[in-house]
Amino acid sequence: MRAIRIEGVSFKYRGSSEWALKDVDLEVEEGEYVLITGPSGCGKTTLCRCINGLIPHFYEGEYKGDVVLFEEIEVSKYEPYQLAPIVGMVFQDPESQLLMSSVEREIAFGLENLGIDRDEMRRRVEWALKLLGIEHLRNKAPYELSGGEQQKVAIASVIAMRPRILVLDEPTANLDPASSLDVINVLSDLKRKLNITIIIVEHRLNLLAPIVNRVVVMDKGRIIIDESPEEVFLRKVDMLEKIGVEVPKTCLVYRKLFEFENEEEMKPPFSPEDLVQVILNAKKVSNRS
Amino acid sequence: MPRRLAIEVKNLWFKYPESEEWVLKDINLEIEEGEIVAIMGENGAGKTTLIKHFNGLLKPVKGYVKVFGLDTREHTVAELARRVGLVFQNPDHQIFASTVLEETMFALKNFGWDLKKAEERAVKILKELGLYKYIHTSPFMLSGGEKKRLTIASVLVYDPDILVLDEPTVGQDYGQKRRFAEIIYRINREGKTVIVVTHDVEFVADYIDHVIVMAKGKIVAEGNSTEVLCNDEVMKEARLLMPQLGLAALMLRKHVEFRGNFLRLPIFIKEVRRWLNDA
Ligand SMILES: Nc1ncnc2c1ncn2[C@@H]1O[C@H](COP(=O)(O)OP(=O)(O)OP(=O)(O)O)[C@@H](O)[C@H]1O
Ligand SMILES: Nc1ncnc2c1ncn2[C@@H]1O[C@H](COP(=O)(O)OP(=O)(O)OP(=O)(O)O)[C@@H](O)[C@H]1O
Ligand SMILES: [Mg+2]
Ligand SMILES: [Mg+2]
Repeated sequence: MRAIRIEGVSFKYRGSSEWALKDVDLEVEEGEYVLITGPSGCGKTTLCRCINGLIPHFYEGEYKGDVVLFEEIEVSKYEPYQLAPIVGMVFQDPESQLLMSSVEREIAFGLENLGIDRDEMRRRVEWALKLLGIEHLRNKAPYELSGGEQQKVAIASVIAMRPRILVLDEPTANLDPASSLDVINVLSDLKRKLNITIIIVEHRLNLLAPIVNRVVVMDKGRIIIDESPEEVFLRKVDMLEKIGVEVPKTCLVYRKLFEFENEEEMKPPFSPEDLVQVILNAKKVSNRS
Repeated sequence: MPRRLAIEVKNLWFKYPESEEWVLKDINLEIEEGEIVAIMGENGAGKTTLIKHFNGLLKPVKGYVKVFGLDTREHTVAELARRVGLVFQNPDHQIFASTVLEETMFALKNFGWDLKKAEERAVKILKELGLYKYIHTSPFMLSGGEKKRLTIASVLVYDPDILVLDEPTVGQDYGQKRRFAEIIYRINREGKTVIVVTHDVEFVADYIDHVIVMAKGKIVAEGNSTEVLCNDEVMKEARLLMPQLGLAALMLRKHVEFRGNFLRLPIFIKEVRRWLNDA
């Protein structure tokens, strides 16, 4: 089943002279885990807003093209609240998303709006608090939280709603590295167990490269690469460096040390362990010859 | 010759007014003038709370903080802010003007600069940070990364002696991070002190040598990045992950003798290549 079909989408914000998105096409199957990256200002957040309906419903501007969810729901014909059970979005600025007076209420709020009954609501709130490791923050107000704590609450409140599509705009930007890894693993788990479709925007790719099944790279309002992580971090490295997108260092070392080997056999190492293995093997081979 | 202390923190204890918990517990810290320092550590460790003491936004409950010898309890934020420029973690807490240019010029106007000079200076900084094309745009129409760069610009512009940045690399692509690193190196050569709060382990591995690590309201480690970031215990305690090349270098240590800062990509590659080519 096709979860998202974006066809010929262009968008220009009101008051802006440039198109933020230029004729973007993207199809995502249900259960895919897609990473979107690209230079600051290239249109990542704008694309996310087209998926959850904030564009064209909330942001004014010139809009062309179609976004269709699950082959029948035309985003432009539904109000964002109607889309809430289908697409959940974690915003780039988590604080703007937090409206309630406590963390617990914040998570319950979205569930109330979905009309979920009390018992189930309580279960889901506990589940989400636990999943993000924020039980100890349950009674705090959003303004009493650190930046990373706010981000965890924003993620928890969207995950609790269990939307069929999760769109996360730089969800780990303010998280410590161990928490980033936790969140990425929680998402993988949800995808496996509930077949949720995940779109995640990030600049730091170390942790995500080995986990996602697709990497979409944008530049100046267009999609310029859409391939598997192996393909992207092996064959598109020069292009990524040129537009200023981060390449995991293990992949860079690999490219620079072994660029003359047989291309067919190359597989970029995404972890330091894999890199070390490749280096040790290369030494063995050169000792033998 | 010993350098002056830019920041001195002595037995600092802090808790927020409506809260019972101590957020900072007996922090002691000295940062010399002309240093570049990274402050890292888990979510909720107290990093933002600590640096808000450096320009007097927060005042110690116990202990003291001195900025170039000035006790922050005896000086106003306005006085301290001239010397200590603070870039907030959340840009929306900082931005308020109606255009990017006005936002950037605000501090200079406040300090009574000639308007033409102020504008020239602001434009120069905005160009450096890739924001020139937005000068007449509303800051609230910028992308996340662009907003962050604007808040950096509006502090850089008045050239404070101490620059304190809370998560400056958030929302930045690799190219922007490199440009930002070049800027902090440049102002550092001019004698400025730079303090960067960040979770971005790879950024620190690439550009910053001196690291302070916090966990649960305390400083748990301080030292050279190659030592601190490659110390498994410290990394676990502060919920950090070792830099990729640090972990690789540790695993290769039995074989390869690394000379120099192996966290830096060119050095790592050079050292491994040398070993691979050894007979
Ligand atoms: N609300 C808005 N009104 C007008 N222009 C906007 C608005 N939001 C973003 N833009 C502009 O649209 C372009 C794309 O912005 P977008 O936020 O989609 O970028 P991004 O890829 O998410 O960047 P970042 O990585 O910095 O978050 C940028 O040039 C930006 O200045
Ligand atoms: N205004 C406040 N009132 C009460 N508690 C607060 C307030 N601001 C922060 N805290 C608490 O103080 C602790 C330290 O917060 P701080 O913002 O300094 O953390 P941090 O190290 O900057 O974390 P992060 O990496 O998530 O930004 C946290 O547990 C947080 O919940
Ligand atoms: Mg964005
Ligand atoms: Mg903080």
